[in-house]
Amino acid sequence: MGTSLDIKIKRANKVYHAGEVLSGVVVISGKDSIQHQGVSLTVEGSVNLQLSAKSVGVFEAFYNSVKPIQIINSTIEMVKPGKFPSGKTEIPFEFPLHVKGNKVLYETYHGVFVNIQYTLRCDMRRSLLAKDLTKTCEFIVHSAPQKGKLTPSPVDFTITPETLQNVKERALLPKFLIRGHLNSTNCVITQPLTGELVVESSEAAIKSIELQLVRVETCGCAEGYARDATEIQNIQIADGDVCRSLSVPIYMVFPRLFTCPTLETTNFKVEFEVNIVVLLHADHLITENFPLKLCRM
Amino acid sequence: MAVFPWHSRSRNYKAEFASCRLEAVPLEFGDYHPLKPITVTESKTKKVSRKGSTSSTSSSSSSSVLDPLSSVLDGTDPLSMFAATADPAATVTRPLDSSRKRRDRDENSIVGSDFEPWANKRGEILARYTTTEKLSINLFMGSEKGKAGTVTSAMSEKVRTRLEELDDFEEGSQKELLNLTQQDYVNRIEELNQSLKDAWASDQKVKALKIVIQCSKLLSDTSVIQFYPSKFVLITDILDTFGKLVYERIFSMCVDNRSVLPDHFSPENVNDTAKETCLNWFFKIASIRELIPRFYVEASILKCNKFLSKTGISECLPRLTCMIRGIGDPLVSVYARAYLCRVGMEVAPHLKESLNKNFFDFLLTFKQIHGDTVQNQLVVQGVELPSYLPLYSPAMDWIFQCISYHAPEALLTEMMDRCKKLGNNALLLNSVMSAFRAEFIATRSMDFIGMIKECDESGFPKHLLFRSLGLNLALADPPEGDRLQILNEAWKVITKLKNPQDYINCAEVWVEYTCKHFTKREVNTVLADVIKHMTPDRAFEDSYPQLHSIIKKVIAHFHDFSVLFSVEKFLPFLDMFQKESVRVEVCKCIMEVFIKHQQEPTKDPVILNALLHVCKTMHDSVNALTLEDEKRMLAYLINGFIKMVSFGRDFEQQLSFYVEARSMFCNLEPVLVQLIHSVNRLAMETRKVMKGNHSRKTAAFVRACVAYCFITIPSLVGIFTRLNLYLHSGQVALANQCLSQADAFFKAAISLIPEVPKMINIDGKMRPSESFLLEFLCNFFSTLLIVPDHPEHGVLFLVRELLNVIQDYTWEDSSDDKIRIYTCVLHLLSAMSQENYLYHIDKVDSNDSLYGGDSKFLAENNKLCETVMAQILEHLKTLAKDEALKRQSSLGLSFFNSILAHGDLRNNRLNQLSVNLWHLAQRHGCADTRTMVKTLEYIKKRSKQPDMGHLTELALRLPLQTRT
Repeated sequence: MGTSLDIKIKRANKVYHAGEVLSGVVVISGKDSIQHQGVSLTVEGSVNLQLSAKSVGVFEAFYNSVKPIQIINSTIEMVKPGKFPSGKTEIPFEFPLHVKGNKVLYETYHGVFVNIQYTLRCDMRRSLLAKDLTKTCEFIVHSAPQKGKLTPSPVDFTITPETLQNVKERALLPKFLIRGHLNSTNCVITQPLTGELVVESSEAAIKSIELQLVRVETCGCAEGYARDATEIQNIQIADGDVCRSLSVPIYMVFPRLFTCPTLETTNFKVEFEVNIVVLLHADHLITENFPLKLCRM
Repeated sequence: MAVFPWHSRSRNYKAEFASCRLEAVPLEFGDYHPLKPITVTESKTKKVSRKGSTSSTSSSSSSSVLDPLSSVLDGTDPLSMFAATADPAATVTRPLDSSRKRRDRDENSIVGSDFEPWANKRGEILARYTTTEKLSINLFMGSEKGKAGTVTSAMSEKVRTRLEELDDFEEGSQKELLNLTQQDYVNRIEELNQSLKDAWASDQKVKALKIVIQCSKLLSDTSVIQFYPSKFVLITDILDTFGKLVYERIFSMCVDNRSVLPDHFSPENVNDTAKETCLNWFFKIASIRELIPRFYVEASILKCNKFLSKTGISECLPRLTCMIRGIGDPLVSVYARAYLCRVGMEVAPHLKESLNKNFFDFLLTFKQIHGDTVQNQLVVQGVELPSYLPLYSPAMDWIFQCISYHAPEALLTEMMDRCKKLGNNALLLNSVMSAFRAEFIATRSMDFIGMIKECDESGFPKHLLFRSLGLNLALADPPEGDRLQILNEAWKVITKLKNPQDYINCAEVWVEYTCKHFTKREVNTVLADVIKHMTPDRAFEDSYPQLHSIIKKVIAHFHDFSVLFSVEKFLPFLDMFQKESVRVEVCKCIMEVFIKHQQEPTKDPVILNALLHVCKTMHDSVNALTLEDEKRMLAYLINGFIKMVSFGRDFEQQLSFYVEARSMFCNLEPVLVQLIHSVNRLAMETRKVMKGNHSRKTAAFVRACVAYCFITIPSLVGIFTRLNLYLHSGQVALANQCLSQADAFFKAAISLIPEVPKMINIDGKMRPSESFLLEFLCNFFSTLLIVPDHPEHGVLFLVRELLNVIQDYTWEDSSDDKIRIYTCVLHLLSAMSQENYLYHIDKVDSNDSLYGGDSKFLAENNKLCETVMAQILEHLKTLAKDEALKRQSSLGLSFFNSILAHGDLRNNRLNQLSVNLWHLAQRHGCADTRTMVKTLEYIKKRSKQPDMGHLTELALRLPLQTRT
């Protein structure tokens, strides 16, 4: 086994905020002493936008992917060319997370058409005979907590055959009455989405009730913009024919990385919605949509 | 070699006896005496600290002397020491640094030992809920393409794999195992459990999680519903394993090089890495798509909340409780609740509220059981309601048990009231009865009976309700006044049960109550009823365990067997056990109880008849295949019975009982041995009653006893058993003046000796028999001393015959047992040549009075001695080889001692022989110098006694060899 290069970030959860100092150590280990042409460390952060094939044609999607938007990119030379002794060498580093100009450190977000990612890369340049060594490591940026108090915005809802839109033959639908409420559609991202749902009555047996968390990503480009809604996760809250008029809790934890505070910039937007999906035994699918506003407190 | 003549020393036994006797000192009360009974005044187990104080636990009534046995034990016997240390163990191990406050809380959060743990229920459920139908395990291990339907349309491949990674187990394979038998299914689950452990051990945490998710998914499947409770048990085992693994893993991450986390840590002490890992698990689990796996997996790692925050568990439990509301199937949901209660009790038993919440939530969904969805499902699976409802019992019993544990009376009353209000509440009622304190139930028995009666016939089977009630009443007593009414009410219903299985399960439980509180009349009625129900169609054949348990309960309460057997239906009840093995088991139980509780010997014909019948049954079960242990057990039981039979002064009746017993129990040797001993004892009793003077009648009776023994002994197998019994019976015959019979016994014994094998089997091991033979013969000799010669046979014919047998017996070459026997014969003959024998039997003239020291008799005797001595000397000569020198020396010395003790050393030749022997013993330096010195000292001491002056001279001729 030859030489190995590793980055250890100090914080176990790898979460940093703008203005904080990203610190850790680069660990170099090898059996023999290591000759090198210098070690450098790079912090990169960018927003990658992708146009979906649905919004623009296949070819455009392929060629016209929008250029990544760079948020941060800086390199420091850690070690001048020289030699590491055999064994393990730890080199501590500190990186202040500052952005230039009016750029903002958006919160890390892994989506389909929008990706906001931050990486830390360590490069060891070596002579012609040996390959250069590189190690990258993702770290997570959380945006600064929102100031001020979050105003809860509870929503009550009632679902009956009458409230449904785009139904072909309303008469064929079995009768049902589902009531419920969400405690708030303004959500703190670290807190679960909560609420209650009561099946007051239903002619058909209920197969399942699910919460579908949906991201809505909008990318601006030359031809206008593309808006796409995709599922993040689907959480079942009721399985089988639940007891009538007994409230079933609505509870969903927002997954990390796949969600971020609702984001609106000139080039792109990331928004979230939740669908309450009721599946009846006759394969009827009832969906009720609620836009959410996520924020970090 | 010259023949040495024998001259026995004449002895005055009386004088010797008098000179040897110690002066008798009367014992004052309170004096110490080693044989005085020891009275334990106090046992000091409490005082035992960990080091164990060495104070003696017992002291004899004499002032300060210790009982040697108890003082060895260093104060306390080891058993009570265990008991004493077991208690404080818990306090010792508790961390010392914890503050008092925390300790108080700890005590609250530990479930006491009076809480019946889940482990006890486990086996019971597995055994009870079985199926013969085919099962299937469906592990959705492939990605759920197409299955997820509409919602997946726009998901990019990358994200989807990332999300569904959790659902996958082995990429791309969907395994559905169909047509599994129950055993296959259990094996599969066990395999999964193993692969979970393997995956974990090989650091494949994600795979482990997948396995757990897939397993808990199986719990949402209610096909083959009869098996569901068992499935729950199996799968929650896996969940428990998983929960433990995760907890231990995170716990081990908290252990730094510096410090180990104490058992009761607070979240501040947990390092960030551990917290992050823990949080990761919770996030992963929160994103599990399906409700049931998400619930179960989260519940399984509930304990891990301790790493994150102090209030974590108390926030989680109510949330999980609410989450169960989303489970539509009432059976699945009640088991989910049971699991949550189980985990909750384990992790945080002080959080009672969520237990109660589970119960009340359950009541809210109770009506679902009778809803359409469930009914349809039952129709599809072809399961009837009465067999469906009991599937709820294990889960409900568990929930109820958790809630009622140390619960205040008010809560129990409230719960009961709530149950009462719901329609068709038999199921609830049953769980209340099985989980609540027995005392609580017992005091309200009449209420319960009323409620049971009101229950809907079609739902939960009533016999189960009565069974549960009966179980409670067996443990706790209902109010005095209600007792009879309770029995009447209950039995009215029980007796109407059509199905014999249902009936017997119920009756079994109620028998205990009946026995406990009522007389034989009621018990008789109950037994009669059971017989009536179980006889048609030989229904008893399927219910042996229950019937057996009824018998056990009855005999446990009726210790007086005359009462027991006067219960008319008891014996007819026994007749229901027609399968032999079961029958024998029942008989054994009865006999055990009899032996344990019968204090007085009995002649009650009812008991005798019944127990003879019982014993006969046990005896008749013995066949060639019966194990030794089993035989021993049966023999022990039968012997116990035989010993307890006594007809008092009616000896003839007693003998005829023994005759009868012999004919009944001829296959069990130990029983025959016991009978022979009993008959011998009977003969001696008779002698005692007649004060040694038999009348014509008693003499005849005694001869009958002797005859009994004489014809019984040959049927035994064990050779030493026979020999000893011959000897023993011979002694008894002699004591009863049956001289010719005694001769017959002794002759029989002598003729049996050649048959003694070289090796005999003792406790399954082959051992050489010689030492046993030696022992027997020595015993025999001392009896022969007093046996008078038969007028028609020659002088000492028994001794001669015995000597011939010994001569012909093939002895082990390497042993000197033959010579030892000859030495003993020499002793016997010396004793016989005395004017007055050492002991006599009352009313039997021994040879001393028969021959009156006749010179002819003495000459015969001496001749015999010479022959024996020649034999001994011959043997000593053959031992003059290197390897045998040691034996020669010790034999020589022992022969020397014999001559010293029994021979007349005033005779020159004998004197010379003894000196030679002394030299022989010392010749090769094999003798033990100390023994020689002691012997010499003894001779010198003896020489000072009157008539022993010649020994002084002898002592001078015996040099001591000095060791170089």
